[in-house]
Amino acid sequence: MTSVTEAMIEFREVSKVYGGTTAVDRLSLSVPKGQITVFVGPSGCGKTTSLRMVNRMVEPTSGTITVDGQDAAALPAAKLRRSMGYVMQAAGLMPHRTVVDNIATVPRLNGVPRGRARARARELLDVVGLPQALASRYPAQLSGGQQQRVGVARALAADPPVLLMDEPFSAVDPVVRHELQQELVRLQRELGKTIVFVTHDIDEAVLLGDRVAVFAVGGRLAQVAGPEELLRAPADEFVAGFVGRDRGFRHLGFFDDKGLEVDGAASVARSELETARVQEWAVVVDGDRRPTGWASPESPGTLVSGGSLHKVGGSLRTALDAALSSPSGRGVVVDDDGRYLGTVGATAVIAQADRRRAQARRERDARAAGPAEEEAR
Amino acid sequence: MEWATENLGRILSLAGQHLVLAVVPLVLGLVISLPLAQLVRRHPAWRTVLLTVSSVLYTVPSLALFIILPVILGTRILDPANVIVALTVYAVALLVRSSLDALDSVDGELSLAAQALGHTPVTRYFQVDLPLSLPVLIAGLRAISVSNISLVSVAALVGMPNLGILFTEGLQRDFVTEIVVGLVAILILALVMDLALVLIGGFLSPWARLAAGAGPRKTATA
Repeated sequence: MTSVTEAMIEFREVSKVYGGTTAVDRLSLSVPKGQITVFVGPSGCGKTTSLRMVNRMVEPTSGTITVDGQDAAALPAAKLRRSMGYVMQAAGLMPHRTVVDNIATVPRLNGVPRGRARARARELLDVVGLPQALASRYPAQLSGGQQQRVGVARALAADPPVLLMDEPFSAVDPVVRHELQQELVRLQRELGKTIVFVTHDIDEAVLLGDRVAVFAVGGRLAQVAGPEELLRAPADEFVAGFVGRDRGFRHLGFFDDKGLEVDGAASVARSELETARVQEWAVVVDGDRRPTGWASPESPGTLVSGGSLHKVGGSLRTALDAALSSPSGRGVVVDDDGRYLGTVGATAVIAQADRRRAQARRERDARAAGPAEEEAR
Repeated sequence: MEWATENLGRILSLAGQHLVLAVVPLVLGLVISLPLAQLVRRHPAWRTVLLTVSSVLYTVPSLALFIILPVILGTRILDPANVIVALTVYAVALLVRSSLDALDSVDGELSLAAQALGHTPVTRYFQVDLPLSLPVLIAGLRAISVSNISLVSVAALVGMPNLGILFTEGLQRDFVTEIVVGLVAILILALVMDLALVLIGGFLSPWARLAAGAGPRKTATA
């Protein structure tokens, strides 16, 4: 078991009532330092309200919230907010300010001289992977994904220990969203911020969260767990329903491909495809040995487009998807540089999943027994 | 045309006086309206009261105001202060509504973002709300500046020197050319004012054209 990490944000019996409606119902939760904690749930479950109570954009009706040991209610609201980065949906950039000036907002509010604040803003462009050329543009001249990156840079500008992120990636298309999610995980590893991330998307929650807090309608906290446990062992019917029908498939994402057997099926060079006569399905590779598709025994000379690729070291989920999406029924495995290694069948992946699950169960049982043994001693 | 060139010096001097009488109330009106608008935004119960009073004020005929104001203010009938105060009243009456519209036009999400970033109410007003409402505010100012230019000419009826004098004189002397020259001069003045406001707006909010024109390219790659 991981050691108990220090709490950065602590909710104690926090409720928020609007008129007669309870938005958040006696929430007690601790957000560990230096981790990503995701609040997930359907709309109207109080996840955003809970987030906004941390920086007092919403004042709790009852209960207390402490940030780094200090009662949030005791600090002036504007000062409290500047001590945390905030990223919102659709970025919320100021259209009348250039990119650098948007990023420099919080340092400027804190009284940092303009020149220094802008210099820091330019550094942050690099941190979030944006070209310097964008510095003097206006937000309207940026793509949605670029705007969202500027939003993250703005939140990081004053180097706050805490980032609050309110559905930050829900307004961008899936490809860009995936990139931004990867970036966030990278940033978190590099910077070690405490991040509270709100989303209604369970996939995003499971992908990003070190811990995931599932909220139910009526502002009730239904379960807090690591993502793997959440998919494997939902606490109640609501959580089981919310994590979804294909949670079994998604759970495969938590097993790596160690021990998975990869065969070295035949490959055909792209340049020889026209003349080659294959007896069985064969992977077609280009001059750098990167797979470009399949050669079929039934239609010689034509290139059949392939399925998804499984990069070695990835999860059983991508391996199974590669096998299921392939025209030949065999998933194509590539190395880190995208070069062809071999193929894998769906049955082999599932057999491996069974072995890994059994192994994980044994480990959990051993851990559960562990403390008891120690006590006995 | 000949008459105009012969009297160019006088026309220009009248135009200058006309301009001062039109611009000063516009500036004063803005200085009074913006805080009033912000006040009722903080205290919404007063919003209807303010809007009703301003509507009523605007219905008072200008000529009546030019004549009554010296009595109220204790000024002489030909004191420019009368015209300036009267036109300021009209400017406030119209600008209160424009200012409210302008401040209301600011996207609620951006107000929320400003709050989340840690703006105080004061920094938020001057750094976010006011600059963002500028395009709508300028549009309001343009409408009012034109109406102000024409209202100033009414003050000629009580003898206040401005381009309107060309109308009253032309009428008395039954001299159409002078009336036409006055009309054209006022039109030019109104156009110049309008152009100036457009240029000021463009200079102060270069972003507004972008936001209206291009819009974010949502699907482009990051």
